[in-house]
Amino acid sequence: MERLRRNAEMVLLVMGGIVVAGAYALVSLGSTASLPADIGPFLGLVFGLFLVAHLAVRRLAPGADGTLLPLAGILNGIGYVFIARLREDLASRQALWTALGIVGFVATLYLVRRPRDLERYRYIALFLGIGMMLLPLLPVVGRNINGARIWIRLGPVNFQPGEAAKLCLAVFFAAYLVEKRELLALASWPKRFPILPDPKHLGPVLAAWGVAVVVIVAERDLGTALLFFALFIVLLWVATGRWGYLAVGFTLFGLAAFVAWLIFSHVQVRVTAWLNPWSDPQGDGFQIIQGWYALADGGVGGRGLGLGISGDGRLFAAETDFIFAVIGEELGLIGSIGILVAFLLLIGSGLRIAASQQGSFEKLLATGLTTLLGVQAFIIIGGITRVLPLTGVVLPFVSFGGSALLANYVLLALLVRLSDDAHQRRRRQARRGAVPVGAGR
Amino acid sequence: MNMDRQIRRLGLALAACFTVLAAQLGYIQLIAADRLNSRPDNTRQQQRNFNRPRGQIVAADGTVLAFSVENSSGFKYSRVYPETDLFGPITGFYSFTLGASGVERTYDEDLAGAIPELDLANLSDLFVDRENTGNVHLTLHPEVQQAARDALGEREGSVVALDPRTGAIDAMWSFPTFDPNPLSTNDAAATSLKEQLDADPENPLLFRAYREIFFPGSTFKVVTASTAVETGQVTVDNPDYPPTSSFDIDFTERDLRNFGGGTCGGTLYDLLRVSCNTGFAQMGTDLGPSAAVAGAEAYGFNDRPPIDLPAPAASVFPTEFPDDQGNGPLARASIGQGDVSSTPLQMALVTGAIANGGAVMTPHVMDRVTDDEGDVVKRFDVEEWRRATSPETAGVVRRGMLDVVTGPRGTARNLAIDGVEVGGKTGTAQLGTDPPRSHAWIIGFAGPPGQAAEVAVAVIVEGQPGASEQTGGTVAAPIARAVIEAVLRVRGGG
Repeated sequence: MERLRRNAEMVLLVMGGIVVAGAYALVSLGSTASLPADIGPFLGLVFGLFLVAHLAVRRLAPGADGTLLPLAGILNGIGYVFIARLREDLASRQALWTALGIVGFVATLYLVRRPRDLERYRYIALFLGIGMMLLPLLPVVGRNINGARIWIRLGPVNFQPGEAAKLCLAVFFAAYLVEKRELLALASWPKRFPILPDPKHLGPVLAAWGVAVVVIVAERDLGTALLFFALFIVLLWVATGRWGYLAVGFTLFGLAAFVAWLIFSHVQVRVTAWLNPWSDPQGDGFQIIQGWYALADGGVGGRGLGLGISGDGRLFAAETDFIFAVIGEELGLIGSIGILVAFLLLIGSGLRIAASQQGSFEKLLATGLTTLLGVQAFIIIGGITRVLPLTGVVLPFVSFGGSALLANYVLLALLVRLSDDAHQRRRRQARRGAVPVGAGR
Repeated sequence: MNMDRQIRRLGLALAACFTVLAAQLGYIQLIAADRLNSRPDNTRQQQRNFNRPRGQIVAADGTVLAFSVENSSGFKYSRVYPETDLFGPITGFYSFTLGASGVERTYDEDLAGAIPELDLANLSDLFVDRENTGNVHLTLHPEVQQAARDALGEREGSVVALDPRTGAIDAMWSFPTFDPNPLSTNDAAATSLKEQLDADPENPLLFRAYREIFFPGSTFKVVTASTAVETGQVTVDNPDYPPTSSFDIDFTERDLRNFGGGTCGGTLYDLLRVSCNTGFAQMGTDLGPSAAVAGAEAYGFNDRPPIDLPAPAASVFPTEFPDDQGNGPLARASIGQGDVSSTPLQMALVTGAIANGGAVMTPHVMDRVTDDEGDVVKRFDVEEWRRATSPETAGVVRRGMLDVVTGPRGTARNLAIDGVEVGGKTGTAQLGTDPPRSHAWIIGFAGPPGQAAEVAVAVIVEGQPGASEQTGGTVAAPIARAVIEAVLRVRGGG
């Protein structure tokens, strides 16, 4: 069973590596009509990095689900190909961050041997998470990039601490809700028509959420606010099974969004651009319209790798938030649906891992981590396609951005660890169950 | 409490979210894609065109007339026209802001490599370092073009020379003209130059050789003669029009007269040779409106010639001759005045048809399109555009036109070239009498004696002082002759 899973993972990784290497060769053929000179080193790098990750899984989590790493690898690889094609100067940095991501992945597998241990660090996780979100507001290290104050500068590197904060908050929410879920599941308030538990039990959670939202509004990072909110409300609902939380939560969010729309001009701009981008095609609606044009230009089959024109400064943030539009332009509907399918498979694997857990904390943690991945992808792809108002978050594993890549590889490692943990636990139980039968003979 | 039910529902909810994304992508990339791609503010297609190299435009002798150079800033490529204004209106200009004209416009897809013939070549050569642009080879000869330019000089006018057997254009020149280079720079200077040229009353951007119509004057008598012969009303010997100095126009004292008040008459060739107004007015009115209209339209009047250049003008022959206006309109139309107007190209097609047994060949400037490696991927299909007359009729009129050059008192004697069979017809289209001004015309064809003509020309020099039947012969004939000689030199050379 374990060998089967690992061998499947290896085969999938090799296939993914071939796809990525082929894409890398094609993108170069498309733009310069010649094979890239560094195709050899590139292949070595791709296969080398994922060989390391694969061997680490073999050694440290042999019973884990075999699809997680290959899915992340192919998303990361395709993202890299597009980043290298759009901004040659960023390619080496993205490669370095990928390597660091793999290091983070292996380190997480090595350090976190039992997911249950994380439960103990819930308050550390909370303070770490809030602290990291507050960091960019500090005067010296904090940096304002493209209107959002979500960066810190440490020496030569810019870092987005919010990416790590989301992992901390997922751990905290999971641990806290396990502790309180019995209480939270009991509706006792208001007395006449009880739909919610006594507010005093909700206090810490609401406080954490409130701080997060306030901080994020101060940092003007609407996408991350939406992501944290979704994480919070989904975990609350999964833990308690009470639909009232979803209803109240979304009402609260609607109110908050309305208030934000009333108060903040940058929110109004986003909403107007969402409802009718063509009212200001050269200004506020420009980004969304150009994203649509890029997608439409791709049509069904795409323009071909390296043959799109979004790299010529036509598409703002093409290598980060809007990379999905470039993929849609060059790989067409087939490619863009392919990315969606990869995320759906990742979500499916993540939720299957959640369902396979026996402990409540592990279940909630796996659900939370999967929700982070799925909702973040939905927020940015929905923003580009105008299903949602556009808020700037990166596409996990695909977009350029070191902190996000590192955080997502740690997230992936946690899912791998959870998967292996549940597998080992089941195996031990099966062995324990088998012993008395053998003894009775 | 079991959380698995919520986890399952969460999975379904996320799947539903991604289904919405997939549906929206299907809408953007499939259903609405064409609409989005063709929105006026969507400049992706244009940018693509300006970011890839474009094939060359090449003259018949291999001279490069247009090619792309790489830019350091702005669009990746821009166009250069080494022959500047000599082929300006033929190649046209190519600009992101101003659009494209000339061959750049009609053969845009060929030059950009966006035709299926070039795609196929490209597919098999996927891994070879090459561009899939097409090179458009023209039928025009720089030597002939230069001869036309030198002969016309700085007089407003046009010259068209073509091969009557194929419709291939050897030279097409108009003055004034323009240099496409400064118009193809994609900068503010190009835009202001374009505005300046558009405001110029002489309109140098309008290629008058095929886009402007003029009174054809007596050159149109060839059409009248051909129609009369084709209907059987006139033969070489019959009728013999009595000599007269004026033709009686209904309802007016101002009768139609011959140039210089002369008296003329006789059989068909006599009338042609001296360009007898009174005789042709009689011939045209005898034909009647419907036969005259049918005859002119058989040559292509009232229709746009299918030339492979943008926006050709249709030459005009009136179709309504109301009874209450008497015989005047038809009489004047029969001698190329009144409401008749023609492009120089159309008159070249008329003389070409006479020289080619009555068939008007489709005029064209493109000979072939080659790929990057010089292999021909497309050729112009030579075809008949109109059947103007029977070969017999064409033969009769052809001999008449030879007589205009060689016969006594022939008005086109200046066209004669030793050892070459040349036919022609002059024209002087009066514009006004105070001061007297006129368009000097000549049409003609030439070839080895006893063989099919190799060249047909039409020349107009606009707004010349004076108004005598000699004007066409003295002003326009030397230009036509120089051009004919240039074409024959080129033909002889291979």
